[in-house]
Amino acid sequence: MTTSKKKLVLIGNGMAGVRAIEHLLKLSPESYDITIFGAEPHPNYNRIMLSSVLAGGADMQEIVINDWSWYTDNNITLYTGHKVTKIDTERKKVTSHLGIEAAYDVIIIATGSNPFMLPLPGADKEGVIAFRDIHDCEVMIDTSKKYKKAVVIGGGLLGIEAARGLLHLGMEVNVVHIHPYLMERQLDLTASKMLQSELEAQGMQFLLQKSTASIKGKKRAAGLAFTDGTEVDGDLVVMAVGIKPNVELAKAAGLEVNRGIVINDFMQTSIPDIYAVGECAEHRGIAYGLVAPLYEQGAVLAKHLAGVETAGYAGSVTSTKLKVSGVDVFSAGRFVESPGTRSLKIQDDLAGTYKKIVIQDGKLVGAVLFGDISDGAELFASIKKGESVAGREKEILLGISSDLLGQSSGGNRLEAMADDEIICGCNGVSKGTIAEAITTKGCNTVGSIKSCTKASASCGGCKPLVEGLLALYSGDSTGEPVKEGICGCTSLNRDEIVEGITSMRLMSTNEVMNVLGWHNAEGCTKCRPALNYYLGMLYPEEYVDEKESRITNERYHANIQKDGTFSVVPRIYGGVTSPADLKKIAEVAEKFEVPMVKFTGGQRLDLLGVKKEDLPKIWAELDMPSGHAYGKTLRTVKTCVGNTFCRFGTQDSIGMGIRMEKAFERLNAPAKVKLAVSGCPRNCAESTIKDFGVIAIDGGWELHVGGNGGIKVRATELLTIVKTEDEVMEWSSAFLQLYREQAQWNERTAQWIERVGLEYVKTALEKQEDRLDLVARIEKTLSLTTDPWKQIVETDELRKNFEKLSTAQPAQI
Amino acid sequence: MTTKLLVANLSDIDIKGSRTIKIKETEIAVFRLTDGSVLAVENKCPHKGGVLSEGMVCGTAVHCPLHDWKIDLRSGRVQEPDEGCVVTFETEIDQVSGSIYVTI
Ligand SMILES: Cc1cc2nc3c(=O)[nH]c(=O)nc-3n(C[C@H](O)[C@H](O)[C@H](O)COP(=O)(O)OP(=O)(O)OC[C@H]3O[C@@H](n4cnc5c(N)ncnc54)[C@H](O)[C@@H]3O)c2cc1C
Ligand code: SF4
Ligand code: FES
Repeated sequence: MTTSKKKLVLIGNGMAGVRAIEHLLKLSPESYDITIFGAEPHPNYNRIMLSSVLAGGADMQEIVINDWSWYTDNNITLYTGHKVTKIDTERKKVTSHLGIEAAYDVIIIATGSNPFMLPLPGADKEGVIAFRDIHDCEVMIDTSKKYKKAVVIGGGLLGIEAARGLLHLGMEVNVVHIHPYLMERQLDLTASKMLQSELEAQGMQFLLQKSTASIKGKKRAAGLAFTDGTEVDGDLVVMAVGIKPNVELAKAAGLEVNRGIVINDFMQTSIPDIYAVGECAEHRGIAYGLVAPLYEQGAVLAKHLAGVETAGYAGSVTSTKLKVSGVDVFSAGRFVESPGTRSLKIQDDLAGTYKKIVIQDGKLVGAVLFGDISDGAELFASIKKGESVAGREKEILLGISSDLLGQSSGGNRLEAMADDEIICGCNGVSKGTIAEAITTKGCNTVGSIKSCTKASASCGGCKPLVEGLLALYSGDSTGEPVKEGICGCTSLNRDEIVEGITSMRLMSTNEVMNVLGWHNAEGCTKCRPALNYYLGMLYPEEYVDEKESRITNERYHANIQKDGTFSVVPRIYGGVTSPADLKKIAEVAEKFEVPMVKFTGGQRLDLLGVKKEDLPKIWAELDMPSGHAYGKTLRTVKTCVGNTFCRFGTQDSIGMGIRMEKAFERLNAPAKVKLAVSGCPRNCAESTIKDFGVIAIDGGWELHVGGNGGIKVRATELLTIVKTEDEVMEWSSAFLQLYREQAQWNERTAQWIERVGLEYVKTALEKQEDRLDLVARIEKTLSLTTDPWKQIVETDELRKNFEKLSTAQPAQI
Repeated sequence: MTTKLLVANLSDIDIKGSRTIKIKETEIAVFRLTDGSVLAVENKCPHKGGVLSEGMVCGTAVHCPLHDWKIDLRSGRVQEPDEGCVVTFETEIDQVSGSIYVTI
């Protein structure tokens, strides 16, 4: 007997619709023949991550939720770039604008919403856009390459995220807002002002209480004119003033429509067999504009369509988090005081934190957090549960602990939560999915739950709940060994950490340890320097180096010796010095009674046995750059005599070496880096045991990589042969940057190349365009380095750490 | 006999940093932790005498800069499997003036 499948048509290939389909496929994979129409030319993607794409935290490929193969694997007929223009409810078929027809038994309308475009004179000019989809994102990125100034109309969540992205793209940004303060729908005045000053510090400019009269410019937008007669310039105008449910199609088909398509608790519209879900729908008078409620609707709809018994959807309490780096803002529920509510606030201007909770009839109904949002998830859960907090308001305000909320312990509260309740709103992961990952898939860290279910992979706001579930369920897991991470503080490896940092745009070692669930709150000597390095490598421009997370040698810019003294190595480029410099070094050594002066293995002079408090003085007198002779950085470039004097030399190895040392000095790397240049194949500079060795040959240069003369001697392998000095620079830059981006912390090039293979390196550097990309990135990084010796000599605040405390005085009692 | 000494002000020490002071023959390292507390120990690693003040501070522990032994600054105890103990000194902070006192 064959039961013929029902035909299901989904209109709108966005977040809500596809989510419902995913759910349905899990519950009942065989019941429907599915056809999806999507107006955009892409597979289903995570729209909320567009903000991250703009801000540089993700690229377009990474935000795809289901790639093309997912549709084929699930036998879904997909029409992208097809806009459905007609639903024929009589003959039960839909038609796309390109003429494709599809018959249906059931329709899900999930057409989302359209950005609201202010009907201003000039709104049709080139350079006026919304912030809604991939196309808008692309326009912003392209525009930033040609123009400098942007104006964002709308100081709400979306407007601010757009503005942050435009700043990241190097544009100057003015945010125009009609209200006296930002994000007035999510924040109260206090939090909003704190937010504003934080954003101003990041470089955003605000024009508040401004109402736009028209858009200036001829063919292309040139700025805005306001009703008060003032103006602002801008070559790009982004409107982010709101959205309106996309209901045209539904209206034309005769469905009941208010603001959105009217649906009941099972997402049914006024016409049988037609459902609506997502931003286009209106449930009990509310059209939601956030993902979490839409996923909750989708889950109910999927069960309904699969014939699984389910309670109806009863509406959602929503919470908001701003996805802007360096600013933590959270709000949930009804956070504005109204008659009948009581609010408690706590504000710390020093720490830049603010917290407000709103209580009605003894229950928590809303909250606003600024600066420290770690309690957000707990507060939100309590608001949703509607439990009584009477008598415990103060404790909750001061610092929540899970067992303060709810009569029972936090664990019990999580336990009582329904399986299909959404834990991670960004990615729509339910409690059940996480529980299953822990109990049956052996996920026993937050990191593995994240990679397995995507929970907490986007904004990270739900991490405390994920941790709670982990604690709840991992008890009965089979005791799988915990995976080894980069150190004892984490079970994540280097790649997972770097992935976490980039996808969530984490900006400090602390944030990484927090968000990625470190066991030790402040890490250890293995992970902290590693995180500090990865962050600096990933964000050379924004990241502020944490000196307290650097190893001792790098903190003091000198090598600590066994007796607590230090040694100082002035930079002598390529090993070439002058009588004047030698005299200076000798005089300084005498003056400070340096116990030993020695040539290093890298052809430099080492002043050994220097007392810590003398370091800044010695640097000042030497007045020669350095501070990198003992760090995980470029050490020296050893050179031979070359054709300047040597009778065998074929090229200027000294000149080449000096050029490289000057180019790469101060470069941070996963481990120390040593270079050498020899003037002919006799190889007197021993270039074949260096990280990057250059050997001149007749009319060219051999480039060797991956050598090491240390613990485990390894000879280099030949990377390539080039003709000119410029090419040597191009290849060495590209190689070093590739190593910086790919190697693990503390991994020398020799180990790295043994791990990934020379072929990998060769392929990565084969194309000139790839090399030039790497070169551009290393040059950016190098352009931002400074000489730490000079800085310390010139700054009292930094110098104090080299001095002993002055003598103690007995306490006056 | 114990004496209470005024050794520094909070602003003299960076968070996760330290300063040292020599009192008679003993060098003392005074650390300022992220949680706001200030702890003082003898500046000498039980392993081979490394100067602890130069180590990295993680939570309430310092890692010796020479061979990475981990020493808890509250108890002075070395983390297993290594063995040993450093002398700790009682500290006190005047929250108003920021003065740091060490009792020896
Ligand atoms: C930049 C940005 C940042 C955001 N950040 C967050 C956040 O941090 N947290 C959060 O919860 N929410 C956020 N949102 C909101 C969230 O993305 C939306 O709530 C969610 O995508 C709505 O899902 P949907 O399926 O209803 O609509 P959409 O995802 O918009 O999908 C609708 C799809 O239907 C297609 N379509 C429309 N009409 C037709 C037609 N006639 N035929 C075929 N296809 C059609 C559209 O092209 C579109 O692809 C953000 C939104 C944006 C734009
Ligand atoms: S490597 Fe060649 S050029 Fe350089 S010193 Fe030796 S013999 Fe002379
Ligand atoms: S001297 Fe401190 S660890 Fe060796």
